[in-house]
Amino acid sequence: MMAWVFGSLLFWAAAWALNVRLSRLSAPWVRFFVPALFGMTVIIVWEGMVRGFGVNPVLLPAPSAIAATFVGEIPTLWGDLVQTFFKGALSGYVIGCTAGVLTAIAVDRSPFLQRGLLPVGNFVAALPIVGMAPILVMWFGFGWQSKAAVVVVMVFFPMLVNAVEGLRASETMQRDLMHTYAATPGQGLRKLRLPAAMPFIFNGLKICTTLALIGAIVAEFFGSPIKGMGFRISTEVGRLALDMVWAEIVVAAIVGSAFYGAVALAERVITFWHPSQRG
Amino acid sequence: MKSVLAILTVVVALVGFWYAACVPMNIHEAAMQAQRAGEEVTPAEAPERRHMGRISLALKNTGLWSTVFSQERPQLPAPHQVAQEFWKTTWGMIERGRAFSKRSLILHGWITLSATLLGFAFGTALGIVLAVSIVHSRAMDMSVMPWIIASQTVPILAIAPMIVVVLAALSVDDIVAKGVISMYLSFFPVVVGMVKGLRSPDAMQMDQMKTWNATRTETLWKLRLPSSTPYLFASLKVGVAASLIGAVVAELSLSSNGGLGARLLAGSYYGQTVQIWSALFAAAALAAVLVWAIGVAQKVTLKRMGFAQ
Repeated sequence: MMAWVFGSLLFWAAAWALNVRLSRLSAPWVRFFVPALFGMTVIIVWEGMVRGFGVNPVLLPAPSAIAATFVGEIPTLWGDLVQTFFKGALSGYVIGCTAGVLTAIAVDRSPFLQRGLLPVGNFVAALPIVGMAPILVMWFGFGWQSKAAVVVVMVFFPMLVNAVEGLRASETMQRDLMHTYAATPGQGLRKLRLPAAMPFIFNGLKICTTLALIGAIVAEFFGSPIKGMGFRISTEVGRLALDMVWAEIVVAAIVGSAFYGAVALAERVITFWHPSQRG
Repeated sequence: MKSVLAILTVVVALVGFWYAACVPMNIHEAAMQAQRAGEEVTPAEAPERRHMGRISLALKNTGLWSTVFSQERPQLPAPHQVAQEFWKTTWGMIERGRAFSKRSLILHGWITLSATLLGFAFGTALGIVLAVSIVHSRAMDMSVMPWIIASQTVPILAIAPMIVVVLAALSVDDIVAKGVISMYLSFFPVVVGMVKGLRSPDAMQMDQMKTWNATRTETLWKLRLPSSTPYLFASLKVGVAASLIGAVVAELSLSSNGGLGARLLAGSYYGQTVQIWSALFAAAALAAVLVWAIGVAQKVTLKRMGFAQ
């Protein structure tokens, strides 16, 4: 059994030595290979330690056991994913972010309101809003609607703050230019200030991807129909079936990264002109 | 001064909106109670009312509007009800000499605060150590940094119940279990900010250290760390707020020992909406105080270190 421990430690040392060497190179594939190798090391050391020391699966299941559960339970995991992500998180994300941007545009003409909203919004964005979950579950019932509502509340303020900042991002010179073109305020908004706000808006959208998933999952701890990722996590923890919990976490990690990646990709396409995207 | 007025306007508008929202939110309950008390309600029968929208019912029963702000278990408690409950469970408890009784928000706030601070301290230490090693080792930078960023797209709060159960099985103290979750949430802003800060000295300053024949350790202590201080404080503000969120969510799974999260959960079990709201406000106040305290520390430290404000 000790072979597992020493084997994995040996692999770790070898991989690390390789990574130290590779990191001195500047080939483009190195940038992907090095973190991938590191990730693999973590999994192999984890597997080796769990097998070598015979760790109780109730505490920490081995990656291979998690993978087996994942493959075996794909229908359940998919059902949970649809309930939590597509119904709860995504709809809440769309509503909340749209509302945030629209509110920012609505207060756009009033510097007074902006000065008031920014500090308040920044303050609220730092609060543990996720605590609203029990209230919203009480109001909207156990279905996905209450999860969407939690997500809306969670993403609204970060989005609002970023959008308000963004709409102020265009320079005086640029606004003056629009003025000399005799652009109406609507045209100025559409052609100059909204495009100029896009990097900020995307910053908000990216922050909100994680918040949306967190909100939808945590809201399910307060009551949900018998499916959903948060529901599954809390019940399987109660049954000490940690391999299933880890499988849900793998799903959450994949979906979270994919969601973030999709927004980042959209950002690349839409704000291709921004210095941070041209590097 | 002008912005104080603007902030006040927004706050007053929010409170006004809240009061206005109380009417449709609580009107069904108000109509029910009025009917039981033998008052006139339109429509008179409960089944008819059940299918009516909140707003149309509110418009038909303008006489009931005064009762929606003082219900025992309202759907949406009015701001003054929350303030009363908050006051009663904080200062009221001190007056009666029971500041640390089970019903006191001071006790629950303290439980949450201690877990928050523990996790925050761990998270900050971990973040600084990681940032220093990332700045000094290219291999660390390339292999660990992408994973640190990826780790934040994982909804970590979701696994709070599991961490709590596993650590409890290892007979770790509860506060440590909560602190671990807080730590995970708060280390990230510190790593990102500190990596930026430790790299902020420009080439000229680094060359100067070289001409003085400074070792890497000396450069770290005398140049890199001091010039990273403004970045550190900016990250600490984000980190402490995240840490508090972690502690509150951890308490949802670890509710036996109290804490603001446990109050939220208990309130949601028993339909005590006023209690939920006052626990929420306690958490908000705690977050505000923590961020403010770091802001003060930031101002004092940066001033003494001679950074331009």
